[in-house]
Amino acid sequence: MAEITYREALNEALREEMERDPDVFLMGEEVAEYDGAYKVSKGLLDVFGDRRIVDSPISELGFAGLGVGAAMAGLKPVIEFMTFNFSILALDQVINHAAKIRYMSGGQIPCSIVFRGPNGAALQLSAQHSQACETYYVHAPGVKVVTPATPADAKGLLKAAIRDPDPVAFMEAEMLYNVKGEVPDDDDFVIPLGVADVKREGTDVTILTHGKTVHVALQAAQKLDKDGVSVEVVDLRSIRPLDVDTILASVKKTNRAVYLEEGWAFAGVGAQIVSMVQEEAFDWLDAPVVRVMQADVPMPYAKNLEQMAKPSAERVVAACNRVLYR
Amino acid sequence: MADTKTKKTPKAADGLRGVPTDTALRLLREMLLYRRFEEKAEEAYAIGKIGGFCHLHIGQEAAAAGTILALDEGDYVISAYREHTQALARGMEPSVIMAELFGRATGCSGGKGGSMHLFDVERRFMGGHGIVGAQVPLASGLGWKIRYREENDVVLCFMGDAAVNQGAFHEALNMSAVWKLPVIYVVENNEYGMGTAFSRVSATEIHERSCAYGIPSSIVDGQDVLATYDAFRTLIDEVRGGGGPRYVDLRTYRFKGHSMSDPVSGTYRSKEEVDGKVKEADPIRLLRDELMEAGLLDQESLEAMDAEAKKQALEAFEFADESPLPDEGELYTHVYAELGHGRIFMDGRERPGGGA
Repeated sequence: MAEITYREALNEALREEMERDPDVFLMGEEVAEYDGAYKVSKGLLDVFGDRRIVDSPISELGFAGLGVGAAMAGLKPVIEFMTFNFSILALDQVINHAAKIRYMSGGQIPCSIVFRGPNGAALQLSAQHSQACETYYVHAPGVKVVTPATPADAKGLLKAAIRDPDPVAFMEAEMLYNVKGEVPDDDDFVIPLGVADVKREGTDVTILTHGKTVHVALQAAQKLDKDGVSVEVVDLRSIRPLDVDTILASVKKTNRAVYLEEGWAFAGVGAQIVSMVQEEAFDWLDAPVVRVMQADVPMPYAKNLEQMAKPSAERVVAACNRVLYR
Repeated sequence: MADTKTKKTPKAADGLRGVPTDTALRLLREMLLYRRFEEKAEEAYAIGKIGGFCHLHIGQEAAAAGTILALDEGDYVISAYREHTQALARGMEPSVIMAELFGRATGCSGGKGGSMHLFDVERRFMGGHGIVGAQVPLASGLGWKIRYREENDVVLCFMGDAAVNQGAFHEALNMSAVWKLPVIYVVENNEYGMGTAFSRVSATEIHERSCAYGIPSSIVDGQDVLATYDAFRTLIDEVRGGGGPRYVDLRTYRFKGHSMSDPVSGTYRSKEEVDGKVKEADPIRLLRDELMEAGLLDQESLEAMDAEAKKQALEAFEFADESPLPDEGELYTHVYAELGHGRIFMDGRERPGGGA
């Protein structure tokens, strides 16, 4: 096992899957000659050439749609959005086409495609470049949504996403690209979609989260540990499919839950999960589930306001104390 | 159709205007089938057998026959939501299409797609798309696959005239030109985007729209099936030979409304205008007259041909009507290829097979 960054883990996953399957190609803005806006595709042009590592024009709707068309004809495109903020331009192709083509063709037309790129809040990038977009994608049946939190997960889940026969929105965290971690270097290190990971075991309260905020949850857990509170952190890893069994098992063990994510609360992913927990584990709950989310405002630029808008370890600690009636 | 007198003219040994006689007769037979099929669909809609939207292609038959019949088997066709006759032109069974319009299990998409979403992957008929202009990038993607795998097929992408004002159209044409993709973009220019005349909402003409991308553009009389067929044979050869994309302003006219919600001339065009076009520019009548004048068709063969088309349409209707609705278990199939781990449906309902 080597210690590599999240960015390098993604690069390895792309390289290995492209070596493994000649139908896989990468297309997006700046992925080739520039080495990727966030350097995830660094060096791949030299290995695979411009037939398979393709710089697109700045036209998200167009190249996302081209990817969907290629997938309908049997290729396995990986479409990079420079950030998921820009993917909103391409949502028609994802939601109206990629997600539905198999269904409305009665199973005739496949659509194995990965839409990937950085997602979530960054540092002082303001309202249009700093938001979590999971909810837009997870809302539609037909798409799978994956949000890796560690380098190992990034690699194993991206390999699974590329091999998956369905469209996958693979949402990397912009702020995690430089995070290092141990990653198996086995070519067949694949983490199946739909399997959550208990990143930390505990007995008093469960924090349910995914993506970048897994690290916020772990910080909060450390702080609470000093106060004698034992926190379990469940990393969902994929939101569709959702590992409901692991969520419910943890909630039934600790009897208390906090849901944490970077998106807006209203009609967000957390709303679904809290609803599910109360429907399916109400009798095990000793307190209402509390959510810690992004403030219900566009992301502000000013440092202090930005800090207030994002979920923080302090807010998670407070939420845990609340469900513990402390 | 059977009201014209046969004119005595010498037989044209070489067919009509460069199109072999058997092909010309086949084009007529095809167009008659489309017309009779659509009339039957209109009737079925009126008595509630077909639900939702139903966009008829009556008047535009030559735009389907003259283009798609010029393709080879391996070529792709992709279209918008006015695609019944294009599906027929691609060789899909009338009964299977009609059953899809009826929402029956025997339909090409098992009743899950309906009128706007016809697919036949075997015949490379790739839909059937309901968002104006959104199939244009998909066509580029089909072209991308052909180029990626170094195949020799071409893609025929149909759209209505309103699609050329969508961003997706421009993004797709730009990419196809950059990468020289083997796609022919066909604008079925029937002058109206739903109820809005193209000229009212468009700064430039349709045939000019590809100039900015350096994609060769041509104007083809889409009511003249022989001219259309001839033009497309040439275009298809150019594209198959690696010439990059092409763009066609295919001039046509729909005799019916935008959909069954607007079944006649509507408020946006005059009855005189529609009647005039029906009289002057019916593609079936034009070809019929030309064949008869050339002595290549007589009244008796025409009537036999038309009777056969009517029979096929009726059989399609009966097949659809007798077909079962989809099994209830089909509600949850084909959303994903694989369920794998975890829960993938979030509606809290009981499902056949349970679990995922």
